[in-house]
Amino acid sequence: MISVENVAKSYKSQTALAPTTLQFDPSSTTVLIGPSGCGKSTLLRIMVGLVAPDSGSVSVEGAQVTAANIEAMRHRIGYVIQDGGLFPHLTAEGNVTLLAKFLKKPSGDIEKRVGELCEIVQLPREALGRFPSELSGGQRQRVGLMRALMLDPPALLLDEPLGALDPITRNELQGELKSIFARLGKTVVLVTHDMGEAAYLADRIVLMRAGKIVQQGTLADMIERPADPYVTEFIRAQRSPLPALPETAAP
Amino acid sequence: MTRFLLVLTLLLTLAVSAVAADNSLTVGSKRFTESYILAEIVKQVADQTGEAKAEHKKGLGNTGIVFAALKGGSIDVYPEYTGTISQELLKEKGAIDLPGMKAKLGGQGLDVGVPLGFNDTYALAMREDQAQKLGVKTMSDLAKHPELHFGLSPEFLKRADGWPGVASTYGMSAAPEGIDHGLAYEAIAQGQIDVMDIYSTDAKIEKYHLRVLEDDKKFFPAYDAVLLYRADLPTHLPKTWAALEGLKGKITAARMVQMNADVELRSQTFAQVAKGFIAHDLQGGAVAAPEKQQSFGQRLFGGDFWKLTGEHLWLVFGSLLLAVIVGVPLGVWAARAPVAAGPILTVVGLIQTIPSLALLIFLLTLFHAIGTKPAIAALFLYSLLPIVRNTYTGLTDIAPALRESAIALGLPAAARLRLIELPLASRAILAGIKTSAVINVGTATIAALIGAGGYGERIVSGLAVNDNAILLTGAIPAALLALVVQGAFDLLDRVVTPAGLRPR
Repeated sequence: MISVENVAKSYKSQTALAPTTLQFDPSSTTVLIGPSGCGKSTLLRIMVGLVAPDSGSVSVEGAQVTAANIEAMRHRIGYVIQDGGLFPHLTAEGNVTLLAKFLKKPSGDIEKRVGELCEIVQLPREALGRFPSELSGGQRQRVGLMRALMLDPPALLLDEPLGALDPITRNELQGELKSIFARLGKTVVLVTHDMGEAAYLADRIVLMRAGKIVQQGTLADMIERPADPYVTEFIRAQRSPLPALPETAAP
Repeated sequence: MTRFLLVLTLLLTLAVSAVAADNSLTVGSKRFTESYILAEIVKQVADQTGEAKAEHKKGLGNTGIVFAALKGGSIDVYPEYTGTISQELLKEKGAIDLPGMKAKLGGQGLDVGVPLGFNDTYALAMREDQAQKLGVKTMSDLAKHPELHFGLSPEFLKRADGWPGVASTYGMSAAPEGIDHGLAYEAIAQGQIDVMDIYSTDAKIEKYHLRVLEDDKKFFPAYDAVLLYRADLPTHLPKTWAALEGLKGKITAARMVQMNADVELRSQTFAQVAKGFIAHDLQGGAVAAPEKQQSFGQRLFGGDFWKLTGEHLWLVFGSLLLAVIVGVPLGVWAARAPVAAGPILTVVGLIQTIPSLALLIFLLTLFHAIGTKPAIAALFLYSLLPIVRNTYTGLTDIAPALRESAIALGLPAAARLRLIELPLASRAILAGIKTSAVINVGTATIAALIGAGGYGERIVSGLAVNDNAILLTGAIPAALLALVVQGAFDLLDRVVTPAGLRPR
């Protein structure tokens, strides 16, 4: 679905991302994980075209992304950031329908799609008329997800989507995200620094450090066959969710 | 934003309809009592012929501005003095008679004529008691007292037939200070200055017990009051011209002093004095009983109040509309292109530092006209900074996460600007427009110096005759208008600001 080939990015002399090649298969969920500054967000932002790579290329559905087709490509990729990234001057519904209206989609279709999305992300319909500042953190995240899914794109990229939420809401949304991913069958790439979240949501975990991929695979792979002592160290550092993990992580 | 523009357009249309007229005679005057009165007499005499609609552009900044206005055709005629014409306008070294002046002015499409009958010469004056104590009778005596404090009008300080000539002829070494003629009488009475320049027909010489010093070396030329006009005036408006020629020799020096006193000491309006002169001196009627003093309220809202209001609104909102049309795109450009941001903000900032009178006079020569056009251009330039800066700041202050969200959605740049960035910056932009509008209301008062009208006309004439009541009839409406504009923008802020951005 999406592939990155030898993409690299440096800021001045600082390497943000060493040359990296990755494939993201249709209907799979990949989680990019690692400490702050490991390059996981840079990789995601290169995929959606917010950061131009110094070298290498990104392809979506087999076609290489260029300056000429980038906007059309973005319509094929939903992008969600922390706290939703909602536009404060528009209502929830205004945010969700902004792009569809700009592209002059039939209003009947837009209305129908908004209804479906409300049901998918479990947002009460009356919340649609509210402004972002009038919504709870969890609701904002749901609206952000609706906005990303509005045009039914085949791919969904999420940059620490649950980072700003309290633990209870976070836990609740993790469960919902998992079922949404399973139900919609999209190519999902999610960035987090929480190994519990990664293990719970991912088909494949990509662990990164200092701009390089350290290991990719399932959590079980990483526990049983760590490619580097750092892998074990990173997993051990994330203690609290671990006792429950082996069952969920190893099907 | 659209609603805001609609309101603005509406205001402009109202203001425009208040201006305009076709077969017209425009009379100019300089910024002192006698010039106002003479121009008002010319205006009323012309009006009575019914041939053309006469208008009086009151209190233009100085001789240079009025003369430029006459040459450019913004005015058709104004009262001038022969000494000023020969020394200041034609830069003649020696004396020159009226036919000589006519010949020289003809080359510029101008003409001079109709000597009104009195000589209003320049002179220097001191307080009588001080002059007596120091034994100063003549200007040669004055040259022996360089320690005295000279307060001279700015125009006299610069003119060839003013201080530079006086100083070299009499060998005076004092360092004079500039002071507005309307304020100089108060200053000399209070002892803040010791010597001032006067016009020999000034009404206040006697009132303030001043001694007029004898020009013992005959430096000052004769300043016979005449009309300076565009050469085509007599053929263009023959009936009007015939009536104006009837003014020849009709005003004696004593009568002129009396009329100046009517305004400055007896608080009559220029129009009332001119009307009295025409009725009595020209048409031989009985001396009109002095009109009843108008109350302050009547003077405030009377006469030309609505005309001035229309002119003021036109100046403020005409220039503001231009500044919005140019300033917002400039601000957007600066926010989009970091390379352009520095130069753009520097230039609009520098414009702000140009003194307003200097900018007005520069634009006056650029446009070859006085009045509304250069005034609106000046106000437009002053309005740019708050609008450009606020647009720039409003756009650059948008959180990067929001700007990136808009990009990641796949909206083209123009759509991001229209749908996301400008709405998010709308409050800041509106605040900039509001700042410009309120400042404009104040700055527009100075536009009266180049004949653009507005409330400044009353402030300028109040200053010219040193009458605080007249000054206030211009200053109070200007202050109130500033408050109204501020209130209107606060209201507009509620209408225009997207609901999600309003504080709760």
